[in-house]
Amino acid sequence: MTTPPDEGPRPAVRGIRAKRDSRRRLAGAARPSAAVGELPADPRAVIVARGLTKRYGDFTAVDHLDLDIRPGEVFGLLGPNGAGKTTTVLMLLGLSEPTSGTARVVGLDPARQPLEVKSHVGYLPDNVGFYGNLSGRENMRYTARLNNLPGSVAEARIQGLLSDVRLSEAADRRVDTYSRGMRQRLGIADALVKEPSVLILDEPTIAIDPSGVDEILALLRRLVTERNLTILLSSHILGQVQSICDRVGFFSAGRLIAQGRLAELAGLAGGGQLTFEVGAEGDQADVERVLQTVIGVKRVTHDPVDPRWLVVSSTDVAASLTAALTAAGHPVVHLRRRGEDLLEIYRNLVPEETDGRRIA
Amino acid sequence: MAAGSPDRLAPIRQGWARLFPPRPATGAVVMRHVPGWRVIAGKELTDHVTSVRFLVLLVILALAAAVPLYFASGQIRTAAQQVSGGQAIFLALFSLGSDQFSFLRADRFIALLAPLLGIAFGFDAINVERTDGTLPRLISQPIHRDDVINGKFIAGLGVIALTLAAMITLVTGFGMLRLGIVPDISEIVRLVLWLALTVLYVGLWLAFAMLLSVILRRAASAALIGFGTWLAIVIFGSLVITLAANLIAPQPASINTLADQQQDLSARQTQQLITRLSPATLYVEATSALLMPVDPVTAQGGAANYNARSIDELIQAADTRRIPSLLSIDQSLLLIWPHVVVLVAMTVALFAAAYVAFMRQEIRA
Repeated sequence: MTTPPDEGPRPAVRGIRAKRDSRRRLAGAARPSAAVGELPADPRAVIVARGLTKRYGDFTAVDHLDLDIRPGEVFGLLGPNGAGKTTTVLMLLGLSEPTSGTARVVGLDPARQPLEVKSHVGYLPDNVGFYGNLSGRENMRYTARLNNLPGSVAEARIQGLLSDVRLSEAADRRVDTYSRGMRQRLGIADALVKEPSVLILDEPTIAIDPSGVDEILALLRRLVTERNLTILLSSHILGQVQSICDRVGFFSAGRLIAQGRLAELAGLAGGGQLTFEVGAEGDQADVERVLQTVIGVKRVTHDPVDPRWLVVSSTDVAASLTAALTAAGHPVVHLRRRGEDLLEIYRNLVPEETDGRRIA
Repeated sequence: MAAGSPDRLAPIRQGWARLFPPRPATGAVVMRHVPGWRVIAGKELTDHVTSVRFLVLLVILALAAAVPLYFASGQIRTAAQQVSGGQAIFLALFSLGSDQFSFLRADRFIALLAPLLGIAFGFDAINVERTDGTLPRLISQPIHRDDVINGKFIAGLGVIALTLAAMITLVTGFGMLRLGIVPDISEIVRLVLWLALTVLYVGLWLAFAMLLSVILRRAASAALIGFGTWLAIVIFGSLVITLAANLIAPQPASINTLADQQQDLSARQTQQLITRLSPATLYVEATSALLMPVDPVTAQGGAANYNARSIDELIQAADTRRIPSLLSIDQSLLLIWPHVVVLVAMTVALFAAAYVAFMRQEIRA
């Protein structure tokens, strides 16, 4: 059932086994709907989804999701509320049965081997709750017992994790007295008690003050480097998580409309064009003239919101823009490439029709 | 246990360790696989025992035992003189009470309180985990989903069974020490059977309460509906049943002719059948058969008990005549066997409904 905790995760080996397993299972499967031809593109992928679909009656919560998440990667599942993020996560954990399609988590099928999957995957649910009448340590002890950890191993591990999330002081206080941020940190520690190789976090930064968000993100970043974890996190607040995501996927109305590295997505969103925001001192008419002379610049317009210029180009002209302006005697006070911000990418990707379900 | 943590059961565990010292560890740590439902049941049991409602349960049960015992101990001396040979006199501790107030009897009190106990320990089993947000965290651990509902049911039943057993043992001890009467083997067996029957009956209500806790998202509405059902059955149950029976098969105005008598008989049979649809009736009848082992047939003396509508009333009537004709345990069991089967069936049906509803529910709130 559960693997011994001492055995460290070997993602590469497991990934290969995952591929072989899935191929064998798919070949002999009594499920014609499973797409046999669409095997994991990346043989090392820890989380794989192929055509994953969940319907509630007429409503399609998740629509033919394809996903590959590689070991040691932080993948951000982004999208507005109700886009199907939590449903996806629940299907990956085996807590919800997919209507069609398949998933593999650490090489296992969550729909058929939920117990094995759940012993490898730590999960921080959206709005995580604890037993308020117990202390933080007792809550974690319960989780350890549910994972069949022997007492001595569990106690040492809990102690270590509690100090990792800076809750050693409060460990023996009732969870009732914890703040929102403390609960969230306890939730992360709790998800790590089983020493998972994959961590799934559902809205880890929601309803937390900015300094608390920074703290949680710093904690997650440290976990990735120290424990070689693969993290899948979902969020509807792009700005908060973009700093730690290696790759992101954008969810809208049950569909994954784009996924990839931020830089790739920025290019995708701009349609092969780059936009720079430029602000320089001096005569603005002259500034506009100078900007237009730079090679590669296609168009220069006035920013409707701020007193600065928007420069559209086909190549990266940041260096030449600065050089040209400085040479003309206009000190540059603002220079920024647009589209690197997740919010802007998302605005560009999601069509207007999604009526206000955009990300704030 | 880590130093400094307020372990609520530490004193008990220390005492236990003193009685049964743990075996020294032999080499490597061997991981014993403990099934999930046992972990959950263990946690729930600890929660129950340290909860306020457990204290309330103790107080109520203590009152339910002490008050009738006070009356019974006064009456039992006179009753003992009447019952020749003093057979089954020990059971009178549970089935005797005040002269003025017939309901002041331990068995009646338990029959009244058992549903309350079942509801009290079950109405918030699942929905509170849901509203507190602990359910997703709980079932994302490597356990089966049914471990949650199974563990909680067993924990609830366990804590009630333990408390009831303690209460019965205390009353027994009181009887032996203060009244100087000693139960014989058959009486002990009857008491144990009664305990088992009571636990079964509480289990029925516990299963009902858990069904409510699965279906209703708010614990308050589950409690309200649970207690409402209890009130309806205990207070208005017999009234409604009598009315319903009269509608279906009206009793004749007089029983002068043979036809009248036949109609009367069928009316009574219908009424009995309908009455027995209620688990409360089944439990009370079975309790009477177990605790008052008077042979209803030999004791009733022909048509004297014609008015009796149930085993309970039959035994009551026989009891007032104080004819010491005792049934053996197997004969008593034979009498209540159908009752037990129906109670088990009802419990299983209710728990199955709760189980299926829980398994089919989505995890998200």
